[in-house]
This record gives sequence, C-alpha cells and structure tokens, in this order.
Amino acid sequence: MKNRVALTGNEAVAQAMRQINPDVVAAYPITPSTEVVQMFSSFVNNGKVDTEFVAVESEHSAMSATIGASAAGARAMTCTSSQGLAYMFEVVYVAASMRLPIVFPVVNRALSAPINIHCDHSDAMGIKQSGVIQLFSENAQEAYDNMIQAIRIAEHPDVLLPVSVNYDGFITSHALDVLDILDDDTVKEFIGEYHPQEALLNVKEQFSMGNFDMYDYYFEHKYQQVAAMENAKRVIEEIGKEYAKISGRTYGLVDAYKLEDADMAIVVMNSAAGSAKGVCDELRAKGLKVGVLKPRVFRPFPHEAVVDALKGVKAVAVLDRAETFSTLGGPMFEDVRTSLYDLKADIKVVNYVYGLGGRDLRLEDVEKVYNDLGDIVKTGRVDKFVRYLGLRE
Amino acid sequence: MTPFNRNFGQGRSREGISPDMNWRELTKAGNIYEPGNANTYETGDWRTIRPIWNKERCIHCLICWRYCPDASIISTDGKFDCFDYKHCKGCGICANVCPTHAIDMISEDEIDKQKEARRNEE
Repeated sequence: MKNRVALTGNEAVAQAMRQINPDVVAAYPITPSTEVVQMFSSFVNNGKVDTEFVAVESEHSAMSATIGASAAGARAMTCTSSQGLAYMFEVVYVAASMRLPIVFPVVNRALSAPINIHCDHSDAMGIKQSGVIQLFSENAQEAYDNMIQAIRIAEHPDVLLPVSVNYDGFITSHALDVLDILDDDTVKEFIGEYHPQEALLNVKEQFSMGNFDMYDYYFEHKYQQVAAMENAKRVIEEIGKEYAKISGRTYGLVDAYKLEDADMAIVVMNSAAGSAKGVCDELRAKGLKVGVLKPRVFRPFPHEAVVDALKGVKAVAVLDRAETFSTLGGPMFEDVRTSLYDLKADIKVVNYVYGLGGRDLRLEDVEKVYNDLGDIVKTGRVDKFVRYLGLRE
Repeated sequence: MTPFNRNFGQGRSREGISPDMNWRELTKAGNIYEPGNANTYETGDWRTIRPIWNKERCIHCLICWRYCPDASIISTDGKFDCFDYKHCKGCGICANVCPTHAIDMISEDEIDKQKEARRNEE
C-alpha cells in the first residue's frame, strides 16, 4: 500500500524513525539535522513511539549514550550534522569497532571555519575511514528508503556495523518533496523485531565488550571489520531487492543512469545527482552520449559496480562536494580513479570540486562539465585534472 | 538468505584465545566470553630480566610472594615453590625485597646465550 505525501527530507526521516520505533534515541541539536530530533522527541512525548529519548549535553555524549544502549541490547539511534559529527568522531570509531548496528542520519553540512551552516559533504568525508557504512540519498524519498533499509543492513549477522544515512542539508532536509511512504505495519514487518546476537543486559550469557587489545590481536579485529564491509556490499544489494518488493523502488550499490552506450559520464552523489540527470536528459535529446553514475553507497566503496558501470566510457568527471587538501582532488575522485586504474582502458578521469559551503550547483555548471568532457574526448588531452566548479578564479 | 561467503569472528572461544588464531577464529571485536581469562594471556614474553631462585639462601619468608604485583610467585604448603614465568614481567621487586638475596635477576639475553651454548655443546 502506498501513501503519497509532501514532506521535507527531515520530516521524511523523522517519519522513518517513528516507524522504526527504536528503543533508544540519544541526540543533541545541530542545524540542519535539528528538526529530525525535534520532531522525533514530539513523537516520544505524544506516545507515538516507545522510545527512551536521552537529551544529552553534546554529540560526543549522544553517540556514547547510543553505543551504551546498543551494547546493552537496544535498537539505538542518533542523528547529527557537521560540527556535531566532527565532535562525535572519536566515538564513531568505537561504535564501528565494537560492531554495533547503530543507524544514524547525517544531514550533510560544511565544517567550520569560516562558520557555515549550508550543504557540503566535508562532515561525512571526515568519517569515511571510521568503519561506518555510508549511504547517500538524492532526495527525500531516498533518504526515507535508506533509513528503513539501513536497519536491516546494520543488523545483518554478516555485517553488524553502524550505518549513516546521508542527505544534503537544506537542499534535501528543508525543501518540500513529494514521496511515497510505506504504512507503519509494512515497515514493522520489514525491519522485524530486534533480537541482538549478544547483549550486555543478558545476564544469562555474560560477556565483556570493548576490551583492551595489543599488537597480537588488534590487526585481526580490524580485518574482521574489513570482511564485514566486504559482506555489506552483498547484503546491501540483497536488502535492496527485498525492499523493492514492498516499495516498488529498486536500490543497488550504484545508480547507473543512461550509461549503457555513454561516452561521457558524471559521477556524483546526493542531490546534485538529480541536477546532473536533468542536464543529461537535455543533452541526450541533442544526441550526445552522456550519462550519470550516482554511488548510493560510499563506504564500503562499490568499486566493482563502479568499474562495471564506467568500463565503456571515454571520459569521466567525478564531482566532489568536499576538499581533501591533498592537492590531488576530492575523496570520491581518488576512489573512482583508483577503481578504473586496473582496466588499463585509458579512460580520462577528471575531478571537479563543487558546492562547498552550500554554493549552488547550477544546471549550466553541469553542462560545462559535459562540454569539458567533450573537449577531452575530442583532443584526448587533459591539461588539469583537478578543477573547481563555480569558483571565482 | 544466501550462505556466508566470508564468515568472521563468530567464535566464542571457551578455551581462551591465542596469538596463533586467525581473524576468523577470534571472537568478534575481541569480545570476551569467559571471566578470569587474563590467566590464559601470557605476558611473560614482555620480560627482559628473569628472577632466578637460589634454593640454599631462601628462608621461605614469602615476602616476595606478598610483594609480587602479578601473583607470579607460586607457593605450596607455605613455602616458596617456583616462579610463574608465563606471567612474570621481570620487574625485580621480589629480588629487591628479599632479605637473604635469594633471588638474582638475570638478563633474558644472557639466558638465551647460555641455552645456545648448551645446545652447541650437545
């Protein structure tokens, strides 16, 4: 059964959290994620959920309390953005390393300084090596759908890792969007009751978590996390197929848009993928062979799927909404370029850093990228492989 | 559900863990399922100097037993019995507090050299 509604991204995610009905939510407000927790706390207050809501004094405490609750055996969630995620950084690693299936929305926002509340992906890219699964969402619909699936992915016995659901601050979080939400019972049935394999509050099977490790064990425990990430790629696809049956919407590791016969491709995540698809359609109408690849999953990086989608193209532009200051381009550029290296197919890969601090990615900007790719295909030359889109130079 | 292609750390080792176990055999995230397992974790290889007992000088006062921070002095029937070399870290407190100087601290390198020499003689 489908319910078509008009909601902002934050409202859609808050509704998802209401339907998930977690045992514990611990959170601290930060723009632009504040609304999610604010709305959720009203659900708690009005008896719409059975959740124990913990109003903590910081994001570090928010994740710490969530970790405690999850270790105790609860389905526990938090939510944050930007500086909040940065402040949480230390304990995000702990959540991942203790293999706790915590789901938390990250409403993407730039990092200080200069202080800025608008969208970019610097916050999410800060935790890309923390061991957390990262899903990205083009619009409110995907943010909602990712939330529901994230529970199943995180709690899968072959995975057991935290999952962050990313969507763009303000662009997705505060803009009204039309989407289909599932009814409460369908979600309840899909995610199922939470029965953790082990829980600290289970007095019948006592055990100890978060122990001290030396050089003789730490390496193996890190590799267990790598193996879980490897498993996650398979599990994410399985859950995506299962979710299609209840929602009619299909989700994989990547969204390959008009790439079958494409010569030129743009690789981009979150809301900008929508703009890129729009421009792609216009250029297709003019007869240009262009396409868009939108990774839905950034950690683990679905390199096999990326190679498969891009193996036939001549030139690729990777659009990064975050800087690494390596002077070697953005974070996704590194991964895409590395993925394509072994093809030895001489695919030209260029990087565009765009939209920092919420600067708009205009349709003309996307068109310029395709034009640049056209020049590269024509001449076979790349003079500068790291470029800045929309920067006053 | 498809079968696991890469299982990990589902083991719940009751016998304790050991450094020759691989990542699959070890418990998930280093979780510990049995209390008191510090006994199975051998820390004796941290030692660079080793206490050696001098039987003739020992008066079995057990002052060493009381002072040892790692419970590595084993006593039997109220008498000094032996050192627990699997856990003794070689701090030397026992040698320091011994009123009859019945404990000598010998370099592990020296002991290795002596062993090597003995092997060569054989």
